[in-house]
Amino acid sequence: MLKLTSARSITRLPQLYNILAVTHRACLVNRRFYSPPAAGVKLDDNFSLETHTDIQAAAKAQASARASASGTTPDAVVASGSTAMSHAYQENTGFGTRPIYLDMQATTPTDPRVLDTMLKFYTGLYGNPHSNTHSYGWETNTAVESARAHVAKMINADPKEIIFTSGATESNNMVLKGVPRFYKKTKKHIITTRTEHKCVLEAARAMMKEGFEVTFLNVNDQGLIDLKELENAIRPDTCLVSVMAVNNEIGVIQPIKEIGALCRKNKIYFHTDAAQAYGKIKMDVNEMNIDLLSISSHKIYGPKGIGAIYVRRRPRVRLEPLLSGGGQERGLRSGTLAPPLVAGFGEAARLMKKEFDDDQAHIKRLSDKLVNGLLSAEHTTLNGSPDHRYPGCINVSFAYVEGESLLMALRDIALSSGSACTSASLEPSYVLHALGKDDALAHSSIRFGIGRFSTEEEVDYVVKAVSDRVKFLRELSPLWEMVQEGIDLNSIKWSGH
Amino acid sequence: MSGVMAPTRGQILSLYKQFIKNANQFNNYNFREYFLSRTRSTFRKNIKQEDPKVLMNLFREAKSELGVLKRQSVISQMYTFDRLVVEPLQGRKH
Repeated sequence: MLKLTSARSITRLPQLYNILAVTHRACLVNRRFYSPPAAGVKLDDNFSLETHTDIQAAAKAQASARASASGTTPDAVVASGSTAMSHAYQENTGFGTRPIYLDMQATTPTDPRVLDTMLKFYTGLYGNPHSNTHSYGWETNTAVESARAHVAKMINADPKEIIFTSGATESNNMVLKGVPRFYKKTKKHIITTRTEHKCVLEAARAMMKEGFEVTFLNVNDQGLIDLKELENAIRPDTCLVSVMAVNNEIGVIQPIKEIGALCRKNKIYFHTDAAQAYGKIKMDVNEMNIDLLSISSHKIYGPKGIGAIYVRRRPRVRLEPLLSGGGQERGLRSGTLAPPLVAGFGEAARLMKKEFDDDQAHIKRLSDKLVNGLLSAEHTTLNGSPDHRYPGCINVSFAYVEGESLLMALRDIALSSGSACTSASLEPSYVLHALGKDDALAHSSIRFGIGRFSTEEEVDYVVKAVSDRVKFLRELSPLWEMVQEGIDLNSIKWSGH
Repeated sequence: MSGVMAPTRGQILSLYKQFIKNANQFNNYNFREYFLSRTRSTFRKNIKQEDPKVLMNLFREAKSELGVLKRQSVISQMYTFDRLVVEPLQGRKH
């Protein structure tokens, strides 16, 4: 039952319902449409305002979708996951059923403080921020500009250099397509890496169709690019280098400052996709010589559906806009801004700056605990560089366990085997491939994301659940049996059919 | 307005109590835990603060944050979801 001691206006609602019900009934009587059962209809005084959402249905739908993809019956998938789960956790009764959320790289929960800022713009402040003839427009415009300042402050930029977009995907597309198109008369070459997010890779591939040449840099087994290789790849007609700051799958931090210096020296525009880095690691666009930087709001506990791009003004970076229209956002991104989303994004950015040290300490502490717990089991490895990484993103390979079946067995923890965009297809991650991992190990990798709202209790539960179920699934695996007997798996001649 | 008047010890304690009470009312496990621990650490961090001007600013800031917390804890009670697997169904630990 709802305890609404602090909100008197809400507790008055039931009375309001009663009044409505009574007057409505009176009308019916006067009109002689009175029917006997209606007399008995009376709303409770303690009418509940609670709306409860059950997620069991979603779990079932997901199981059947995965089963139809892999060609088994949904029951079998649920059952195989359940056996491992019930085997490991029979004693775990008397607790809830909703999974622990550990997929912070996919998205983060909206901070209640952000939602509080946004609600005003969904209730009373609905003016178009571009209307400058009335106060409805002025009030939302003020909110938009203050949000812009908060977003800029986090990366030490000028508010005028921030352009709001629909998200990091749009920002990345704007850069990868807009900058080369603007300079296409003289420059024909783009450099990026193999471990970028899909939207950068696909946008670069689209530019190849337009006649541009793209160099995809390789990464080493740590996930880091080689600066020498980058330097060699630079040509006189290179116009853009795009390297992501923090990788979304393995959490590796690229040497952004060094890349920035190299690009500035060669007078090439440097773009970084900071969707996973903004607010989570220290970034300074001036110190790091970044010319363009993509930001996403829902990775920093803000609302979904909004992001931004930083476009340097001095020296000026020019790009062709993707959208033509009313010329909002310095003409780079036409279309009316969404003040609720922009204000929420601004508040999220403000909180990222304000809580930076506390969040960092909290995430580092939980991350160390999780990594130590997971790696204490044998044949588990941490993917990506152990030193140059954001602690909130942990990618671990469990050898001799199939990743999908482990994920099914871990239905009480919301995890993913890689990026959310590719998790629908059962393909192994291209990022882990780029690191030189073989298919089997890429298949058995799981990404853990820790955020501001993760708790120590959750991490303890996850460590225990994962180690128990990995052990259980390995016991079922004939490969694991052979490894235990000391047979080198590479020496086996599998008979092919 | 009373100008620069530092809040009294009683006022601060009462504010702290209200923070804890409202944080506890969050239905969402993660938000509840976060605001509880954040409240404790923020108040503890400023326990030695003596400067009346700084205290006044902190107090004013905290009061507006309390407003946010009150509204959001009510919303969290209106839109509820299943309990998490780490949450006991019967009774809460706090």
